[in-house]
Amino acid sequence: MMWFNIAKAQSFMPTQGTEIAKQVDNLYGFLLVTSFIACVLVIGGMIYFVWKYRRKTPNDKTAYISHNTALEFLWSFIPLVIFLAVFGWGWYIYHQMRAMPKNALEINVLGKQWAWEVEYKNGYKAVNEIVVPIDQDVKILLTSSDVIHSFFVPSFRIKQDAVPGRYTALWFRADKLGDFHLFCTEYCGTSHSAMIGKVKVVSREEFDKYMEQGQEERNLPLGEKGKKLFAVKACASCHAVDSPARMVGPSLFQKFGHEEEMDDGTKIVFDENYIRESILEPNKHIVKGFPKGVMPTFQGQLNENELSALVEYIKNLK
Amino acid sequence: MAKTTAHGDNYINFEKGLWSWLTTVDHKRIGLMYFIMVMFFFFVGGVMALLLRLELFAPNAAPNVGQILANGDIYNQVMTYHGAIMVFMVIVPGIPAILGNFFLPLHIGAKDVAFPKINLLSWYCFMAGAILAIATFFTTKIDTGWTFYTPYSIRTGTATAMMVLAAFIMGMSSILTGLNFIVTVHKLRAPGMTMHRMPLFVWSLYATAILQMLATPVLGITLLLLAVERFLGIGIFDPKLGGDPVLFQHFFWFYSHPAVYIMVIPAMGIISELITTFSKKVIFGYTAIAYSSLGIAAVSFFVWGHHMFVSGQSGTAGIVFSFLTMLVGVPTAIKMFNWVATFYKGSVEFRSPMLYALGFMFLFAIGGVTGIMLAVLPIDVHFHDTYFVVAHFHYVMVGGTLMALMGGYYYWFPKMFGKMYSEAGARISFVFIFIGFNVTFFPQFVLGAMGMPRRYFDYIPAYETLNKISTVGSWLILIGFLVGLYTIVQGLLKGEKAPMNPWGSKTLEWQTSSPPPHDNFSVEPVVTAGPYEYR
Repeated sequence: MMWFNIAKAQSFMPTQGTEIAKQVDNLYGFLLVTSFIACVLVIGGMIYFVWKYRRKTPNDKTAYISHNTALEFLWSFIPLVIFLAVFGWGWYIYHQMRAMPKNALEINVLGKQWAWEVEYKNGYKAVNEIVVPIDQDVKILLTSSDVIHSFFVPSFRIKQDAVPGRYTALWFRADKLGDFHLFCTEYCGTSHSAMIGKVKVVSREEFDKYMEQGQEERNLPLGEKGKKLFAVKACASCHAVDSPARMVGPSLFQKFGHEEEMDDGTKIVFDENYIRESILEPNKHIVKGFPKGVMPTFQGQLNENELSALVEYIKNLK
Repeated sequence: MAKTTAHGDNYINFEKGLWSWLTTVDHKRIGLMYFIMVMFFFFVGGVMALLLRLELFAPNAAPNVGQILANGDIYNQVMTYHGAIMVFMVIVPGIPAILGNFFLPLHIGAKDVAFPKINLLSWYCFMAGAILAIATFFTTKIDTGWTFYTPYSIRTGTATAMMVLAAFIMGMSSILTGLNFIVTVHKLRAPGMTMHRMPLFVWSLYATAILQMLATPVLGITLLLLAVERFLGIGIFDPKLGGDPVLFQHFFWFYSHPAVYIMVIPAMGIISELITTFSKKVIFGYTAIAYSSLGIAAVSFFVWGHHMFVSGQSGTAGIVFSFLTMLVGVPTAIKMFNWVATFYKGSVEFRSPMLYALGFMFLFAIGGVTGIMLAVLPIDVHFHDTYFVVAHFHYVMVGGTLMALMGGYYYWFPKMFGKMYSEAGARISFVFIFIGFNVTFFPQFVLGAMGMPRRYFDYIPAYETLNKISTVGSWLILIGFLVGLYTIVQGLLKGEKAPMNPWGSKTLEWQTSSPPPHDNFSVEPVVTAGPYEYR
């Protein structure tokens, strides 16, 4: 089956990170080869005929062939058989993709504008990075807090929309170590193309270590905890912290204690209470030059300790 | 076929002044008015496309050429306007409203369409919708993509409501045109013009008209529901109000998938005309081609879910939709084979319209096989919403519909305007467009296979080379269209007078003078044979 492998090599598909990926690529290789043959037949036939029967004199006589039932039956029937065969083959693979394995490692992933929030069963949280052990069934339980996003890992050949108001799910079993891109493939606004995360496939030992580390992080000092939260809540996708650069929202760098002009002309000192208010009621006072209604409220999503941690972190951005 | 003689006045100089155009009920003049507007919108949508390609020439981090547009919001707006303008204002009305309006009555030996005033009304609906759509550009702009997916479209700026209203009104125009065509085909055929003697372009317009009448109202209902939700706060699509965002996708694609065929079936009709005329040969399998149009139209109502394999719809639904999509592939394949068979023992002349027909077949074959790939469930899971899909639908919509539209223009230009154009100009234009098209869109298949998602303002460095090639291709297409524009303008101003039937075609529109008189035929034609009797 050499022609088959040639097609695979030429298909430009990303690294195969799962068993399913190999199956998908086999089917794709078959489709590429049959498509190529079909195109050569149709386009080649067309080129051959138009050249062979090109006009020689203005009064060429042409054959009067209105139809040919046998031929027409054949060229309806053969494509139908091929189409149904690839449909069946596709069904077989799709069924495996959709059948959720039992005893899988379950990870909740929340899509939001514009980051992936990851939460493990033991309460450990991360953002834009999903660490999973190799050779282990992993089930991702997806939802969204705002608009529709789509969870796509090219190397695993899997994709599923994250829909607000409901759960969707997908599973994979990675058999290669390494980092794999996680893209958002459902258009979700301003920073859609920056909503990139990664799936990090590690050995079982490393994974266990990673989980332990997660436990330790919960006992961090307040500022460190705030820093972690700032990343987890994806605040950094809209606010710069190490330069005065304007992103979607205003920079928080060296702001503490300074006076800020609001869009209604009033001036407010950037203090603990303003930080707190901006997290809980972001639209109450908008810094001049920034649009209203962009930042979502975090009311009810953070406890007092977490709020204090964030305030402590933002205070010290120097 | 009956020969008619006509002297003196034609439809262009029949009446004079702008007002006589704005109040005309002549299907040919209305077709021409559509022509002017659609050309204008094509120009606007084309400029947007060039901007998008320019932005994607390099990743944003690259020096100088990295970031052309100021930010992601502007990119998203340009992307949205490109899609919405090209779909609703160029490709959907392109063939039926321009060439269909102009040639459907001529093809069947009628004086006009069945309801000339409704025909004019449909032009005004189109204009009202189009102006409203363009007007959103001067308000908060829209950035939803042409698909208006909820809940994003509910949350973003209010101009979305205006754009949705515009699409609704343009939909009315499409429905009215469809209605007109169906009645015209049934009631106004010349004596002897049986259904099975109609040119295949008429058959394709007939199938399209059925789709326009049945599918477009669903778009209207959907857009109305969006408005109800937005302004009355009744939860339909917004999960915050208890609605279901995926329901919107079902509604939207229930219209928009048949709409894909509204865009492409008339193109297939034109190809049948071009191939028979320039091969001087009867079409192979007239009945198969005519009825496969109707077959595609019928099945196209039951495949909408193939746009939603990863949306969260049930796995069973996915399997059923994949199966039905395979069935719609068959009549399309039949047409391709019939066209190729028509060349056999023909007398093929490579005039510019024929080059476009051959270009169509080349690109449509690639668009077709990649369509089958996308219909296969696990393959679509990987390709869905990546550049593979972008490449596929450009091969079908641009490589297919636009090539047919251009071929149709060059074919009927002498009849429409009574002038000939420079053959050399038309050929040079074709070569640039054809090569440019492949350079632009073929690399996008590869980008999609590599995993690059669509609607991306920025991308990872691995995708850079192919994006560069793609952008260079867009410049070749630009050159092609500029040469084409020059050729058309030069033909209009300085072209030689066109004879009645420059291509030696057998269909009725060529049996009247160029340009046709106000009433189309000075003597009502009597039809005694089929449309392609080259013996």
